[in-house]
Amino acid sequence: MKFTLKIWRQAGPQDLGKLETHSIDGISPHMSFLEMLDVLNERLIREGKEPVAFESDCREGICGACGLFINGRAHGPEEGITTCQLHMRSFKDGDVIYIEPWRAKAFPVIKDLIVDRSAFDRIMRSGGYISVNTGSAPEANSTPVPKEVAEEAFDAATCIGCGACVATCKNASAMLFVAAKVSHLALLPQGKVERKQRVARMLQTMDTEGFGACTNTGACEAECPKKISISHIARLNREHILSSLT
Amino acid sequence: MMAKLFQGSVGKKISMSLTGLFLCLFLVVHLSGNLLLLKNDGGVAFNQYSEFMSTNPLIRISEIILAAAFLVHIITAILLSLQNQEARPDRYVLDRSYVHTSFASRTMIYTGSLVFIFLVIHLKTFFVPHRLFHSEQTMYQTVKLAFENPFYTGFYVVAMVLLTLHLWHGFQSAFQSLGLRHRRYTPLIEKLGMGFSILIPLGFGLIPLYFFFRQFLK
Ligand code: HEM
Ligand code: SF4
Ligand code: FES
Repeated sequence: MKFTLKIWRQAGPQDLGKLETHSIDGISPHMSFLEMLDVLNERLIREGKEPVAFESDCREGICGACGLFINGRAHGPEEGITTCQLHMRSFKDGDVIYIEPWRAKAFPVIKDLIVDRSAFDRIMRSGGYISVNTGSAPEANSTPVPKEVAEEAFDAATCIGCGACVATCKNASAMLFVAAKVSHLALLPQGKVERKQRVARMLQTMDTEGFGACTNTGACEAECPKKISISHIARLNREHILSSLT
Repeated sequence: MMAKLFQGSVGKKISMSLTGLFLCLFLVVHLSGNLLLLKNDGGVAFNQYSEFMSTNPLIRISEIILAAAFLVHIITAILLSLQNQEARPDRYVLDRSYVHTSFASRTMIYTGSLVFIFLVIHLKTFFVPHRLFHSEQTMYQTVKLAFENPFYTGFYVVAMVLLTLHLWHGFQSAFQSLGLRHRRYTPLIEKLGMGFSILIPLGFGLIPLYFFFRQFLK
């Protein structure tokens, strides 16, 4: 397959970026999107040019490192997958493909397509933890959790922190991410001790990191590779109300 | 303790939703009184109602609460919109992130601002001459005169379409902001919101159209 790539190139956080056009040929439809970029980078290196900086780690949809804004959509045209799980068969031969980094004040570009998502880490550090004794794993049946609650908490816990929700939100809001983390721990008995301070601190950090607010457009849940529902945002709002009134 | 409830971006959305729903309640009250204008009695019932509204002290107090609600809604809307704009300083070259969102949800600040402009003109036509000054006309006469003008009626109808858009997203969004989401009830709230956002502005819009077309019947 043959493609025309319009790739965002930016030397560093302070530099102005621009789109750079590359033609690429001989791409197998079974290649992943990142493998296609690997092919391009190998060529650029052979030609003595600077390869395109992009991030990846697991390449199987579990680490959240690989987020790219492809043809105007977070993680590209398919739903429920990360960029590394996107295959070139999702495009037509001869397509022009725009590749941009996540754009948000809280996610500054480090280089080309790589952004700094450590704002998420700082949100987690401010409240996304529980206090338990470390050591050997606890006995599995000592803390009973109803099945529906466990399922709901697990759904929230599948968030991989990729940042697609922020990238696709017109407000660059991190509400779906924070909602997933707060919801996951608020539902479980292990999360009860810090429940009130957790939501207050995580929301405060979310605001100071420069993310936008939620307009309830629903863009995030549609683009989330883990299909995390905005019903978790409703729970986050309830947790905020509960924590500020009691 | 209550102050914390309204702090931060989630707190601001709580203010938006509470004032927004209060404004929805006001629309219902306002419309139910105004429907008296459609009664074919030369304005007797409506003028009585208008007289009652301007003299009853409870109504005057509600008016102050209403003005405060508008003020909080608008100021919070501006603060949120600024925060949201600052959160994405650089735009995407190609942005198709809108594909999964409704037009109404993306344009709340625009439809809201246009409704605000409508509101100022609306108050200037009806509220200011009758409540702040003492007009020689009855309220019915003022209404009739205003709506026999094609531009005023046209402007009114357009404003009601904008209000429909604002409420199309706003009504159900307010429940989500308050954390009121439920597998069974949320679809009902969404349907109720669609009905509300069409029927209420339709009711308001029928009044100027009625006066406008009636002038040609005689
Ligand atoms: C009769 C008049 C109005 C009614 C009934 C109304 C109702 C509502 C409701 C119910 C919401 C949803 C709140 C939420 O998402 O939690 C809302 C949101 C909003 N309103 Fe209004 N509104 C009115 C006038 C205005 C005006 C005059 C403005 C002026 C700027 C405005 C700006 C906004 C904005 C920007 C939002 C969305 C905020 C966000 O989610 O980011 N509204 N409105
Ligand atoms: S909520 Fe979804 S889109 Fe947002 S960071 Fe988590 S996995 Fe990614
Ligand atoms: S590289 Fe890990 S999710 Fe894509």
